[in-house]
Amino acid sequence: MTRLGAILTLVGAGMLAGCSDSWNTPYPGSDAQANVVYSAFGERPKHLDPARSYSENEVEFTGQIYEPPLQYHFLKRPYELIPLTAASVPHPRYYDKAGELLPDDAPVAAIAESVYEIHIRPGIRYQPHPAFARDAAGRYRYHTLRATDVADKRQVADFPYTGTRELVAADYVYQIKRLADPRNSSPIFGLMSEHIVGLQALGKTLEQTLQARPGRPLDLNAFALSGAEAVDRYTYRIRIKGKYPQFLYWLAMPFFAPIPWEAEVFYAQPGMSDRNLTLDWQPVGTGPFYLAENDPNRRMVLKRNPNFHGETYPVTGETTDAAAGLLADAGKPLPLIDGAVFTLEKESIPYWSKFLQGYYDSSGITSDSFDQAIQFSAGGDPQLTDSMRGKDIHLVTTVATSLWYVGFNMLDPVVGGLAPERQKLRQAISIALDYEEFVSIFLNGRGIPAQGPIPPGIFGHVDGTAGLNPYVYRADGNRIVRRSLDDARRLLAEAGYPNGRNARTGEPLVLYFDTMASGPDSKSRLDWIKKQLDRINVQLVVRGTDYNRFQDKIRKGNAQLFEWGWNADYPDPENFFFLLYGPNRKVGKGGENAANYQNAEFDRLFERMKDMDNGPERQRVIDSMLEIVRRDSPWVFAFYPKSFALRHAWVHNVKPNLMANNTLKYRRVDPALRAERREAWNRPTLWPLALGAAGLIALVAPAVVAWRRREREAA
Amino acid sequence: MFAYILRRVLYAIPILVGVNLLTFLLFFVVNTPDDMARLQLGAKHVTQEAIERWKVEHGYDKPLLLNHQATGAARFTDTIYFRHSATMFAFEFGKGDDGRDIGNEIRTRMLPSLAIALPVFVIGLLANISFALLMVFFRSTYLDLWGVVLCVVLMSISGLFYIIAGQYFIAKLWNLLPISGFAAGLDAFKFVLLPVLVGLVSGIGSGARWYRTIFLEEIGKDYVRTARAKGLSETRVLFTHVLKNGMIPILTGAVVVLPLLFMGSLITESFFGIPGLGSYTIDAIQAQDFPVVRAMVFLGAVLYIVGLILTDISYSWVDPRVRLQ
Repeated sequence: MTRLGAILTLVGAGMLAGCSDSWNTPYPGSDAQANVVYSAFGERPKHLDPARSYSENEVEFTGQIYEPPLQYHFLKRPYELIPLTAASVPHPRYYDKAGELLPDDAPVAAIAESVYEIHIRPGIRYQPHPAFARDAAGRYRYHTLRATDVADKRQVADFPYTGTRELVAADYVYQIKRLADPRNSSPIFGLMSEHIVGLQALGKTLEQTLQARPGRPLDLNAFALSGAEAVDRYTYRIRIKGKYPQFLYWLAMPFFAPIPWEAEVFYAQPGMSDRNLTLDWQPVGTGPFYLAENDPNRRMVLKRNPNFHGETYPVTGETTDAAAGLLADAGKPLPLIDGAVFTLEKESIPYWSKFLQGYYDSSGITSDSFDQAIQFSAGGDPQLTDSMRGKDIHLVTTVATSLWYVGFNMLDPVVGGLAPERQKLRQAISIALDYEEFVSIFLNGRGIPAQGPIPPGIFGHVDGTAGLNPYVYRADGNRIVRRSLDDARRLLAEAGYPNGRNARTGEPLVLYFDTMASGPDSKSRLDWIKKQLDRINVQLVVRGTDYNRFQDKIRKGNAQLFEWGWNADYPDPENFFFLLYGPNRKVGKGGENAANYQNAEFDRLFERMKDMDNGPERQRVIDSMLEIVRRDSPWVFAFYPKSFALRHAWVHNVKPNLMANNTLKYRRVDPALRAERREAWNRPTLWPLALGAAGLIALVAPAVVAWRRREREAA
Repeated sequence: MFAYILRRVLYAIPILVGVNLLTFLLFFVVNTPDDMARLQLGAKHVTQEAIERWKVEHGYDKPLLLNHQATGAARFTDTIYFRHSATMFAFEFGKGDDGRDIGNEIRTRMLPSLAIALPVFVIGLLANISFALLMVFFRSTYLDLWGVVLCVVLMSISGLFYIIAGQYFIAKLWNLLPISGFAAGLDAFKFVLLPVLVGLVSGIGSGARWYRTIFLEEIGKDYVRTARAKGLSETRVLFTHVLKNGMIPILTGAVVVLPLLFMGSLITESFFGIPGLGSYTIDAIQAQDFPVVRAMVFLGAVLYIVGLILTDISYSWVDPRVRLQ
């Protein structure tokens, strides 16, 4: 065979290989009837180590692989913690300084320590992994490897032997110690060391040990942590300083998932990290799925963990869940799918197109595709367009447990401070910034103007006119109406700026707005903000900057007005109010209170509220706190984002759960319907090929003829 | 020639040191190690202590260029610059801030980049030269005029438009090829077709115009007139004489980019989901991952120097008058 023939054969083989499925399928060679979910990720995860991963795009994977002791109920609202690997949700015991047991209703000041004793269920086993593989003599096969032994290994699956072992309480303790390991740079170490007894000291000890013997492996089992200990094989105990009821929510996050020591020993061997064989990239968990293919540059594949323990689909939910078909799988063993394929999709256009072709099971809606997907009814309700309904696509909406706000730097001499005239200035600006219009123009209605710091779905939020912010809105029957610009102008005058000018100097009021959004895409939005304040004759100067400089300004208190947001870590009002807690301010304290707001009464109420159980008494305290922050207005409460998502008809058991990160196990798909629809939607249109070929001939043929004619003429 | 190449390689060392130093300075003028730590640790619950620990763990706790606390050679070696740059010259790139081995990433991502860039380069070169020769053959006719108009139109349209239009028509409307993605082995074929096609169409306007100019300049020279006077056909004149003599400027542009094909295309890879080095670089810039940015700039500089040396060598190959000394 000639070289050309070989090349043509190769190309032909390639084409045949590529054309066995639909011509445009992005999953060549895959089983169209496979019971798997097809999804995408827009940004490659940086870390898959549960001690480090925090971003949503990381927890999307770690949440399915690792199992902390607790989880959120999939269906119930308000969000409810239920056991995952734990036998029950632990109830803290309180002790005073003398170590005496206190009653549950003991005053917070008397509580020196809270002790959580967590019992895990026996019989839970890890996914198959070479770290557990043993030889006939019971020795670990892969714990004494040399660099040459792993020279040909590119992934965990390249190790021929695997093993497993039972999950024990010590694995949870081991992971808590890992939070203090400097090599892991855990983002929550700082926070947790304030709460877990001895964690700070352990961090220092580990740091010193590492400095004393750099590069040598560290056996965390050899270091004691007084705040976390295994009581027996299935029980461990965590000691918390004082009272910290929100700690239970942390126990539902992958940070507190178990890590087997064998995995760390396995990955710490020579040559492993050079091949990206690290715990940060190759997870070892007990969850319903394991990471079968880890190529964050292209795709991540989760497969059903054959050792997964017998969890079942919930049998109860909200009253509307049964009618919505969300209880159709009640009691069935989980997971309901065999795996999930996540493909890297950085751009929104290909993502959207593939969703419409049926190659992704669900999709968000970007601004580019919004009009194609959504239309609003006469009553203002979002509905799917005819083209979406024609494809049997379903819309799922939910209000995120997030908040966007415009912050005032309370240390600023112009807009800061708690004096009544400053309060009025901030209230005037809050009225002028019409976020109803903003949501309509820039978010296509995907947001709810905020009345305070607590979004819907979090205890403390009050719906309707009862929950309105009286300094910015008023009730008109059952409607909430923004106060008029005349009100804003009046407040501005009372603040010492009649008609937007300083009453003493006559100088116009010029404010500075710091933002990270400085590109051309943001210009219209920033112009809108300027125009809003123009209406009350306040001049706004936008200072666009990059992420680093913006953060720097906020840290140093050099900003005046700025925009920011917060996404709830857990469903508790404390997780929003702490953003306004004085001792938590950015300047001088390095906390999350970016506005540097400090009000003694608010702080006192916060300290009381954070340790209370949900109930009428806590609601009363929250109402008082809301009144204070609304009056002081350290933030313009902008909006709570509303997410719109689409799913195909073959996807079932989709209920937005903004707290849970392990919901893939509940998902069910109908692969036969998906294959049928994909085939119908992706039949190739061949006439453009014929037209292209004809066009090419039409172009080339006259040229060839003319060429030959010229040649003859020249001869 | 060996002495010449050796000399050029030695010249490359100070250039690479300079490139490395410039990258380092530019990066750290914009980003401080604290900024890098914050970006890696996330926006929530990050304490100054956590930042300091991250810096120690990643070797960013040292002074940037000069360590006043140290003595002797350590004043220069116990710095961020030296620690993060010295090994580069042995092509040991270390790890990115996400902990992944950079050398491993480069090796893995090079092939997908080449799978797109090489066909676009080779087929594009052939197509551009052919189209240019065709226009030159029909010079001063309507075919030439409309050919040039077509070229100007094609080169005036943004590359992004070709990508979006290609994806819309070929992948979405006509369902002929996948809209984006990549696969290993022979399965890669169907994924590279569309980006290659888009790359060819978007490049043919400027390429063909440039080569047409080169050939037109050649075609007016004395040796061409002599060839015609000898009775050679226009085809022979074009392919045997004009093309050969036009090769020097073509090689200048073509050979120098040959090694850079490994670096991939930033936009194409991002839109078509190709896991190549172009998207790797973009991701690293966005994530302020200094080790990766530094490695990619260094690699780009090395490949560019290699390209220049290859260009010089190719000169002597196509033009016997050129001697490398």
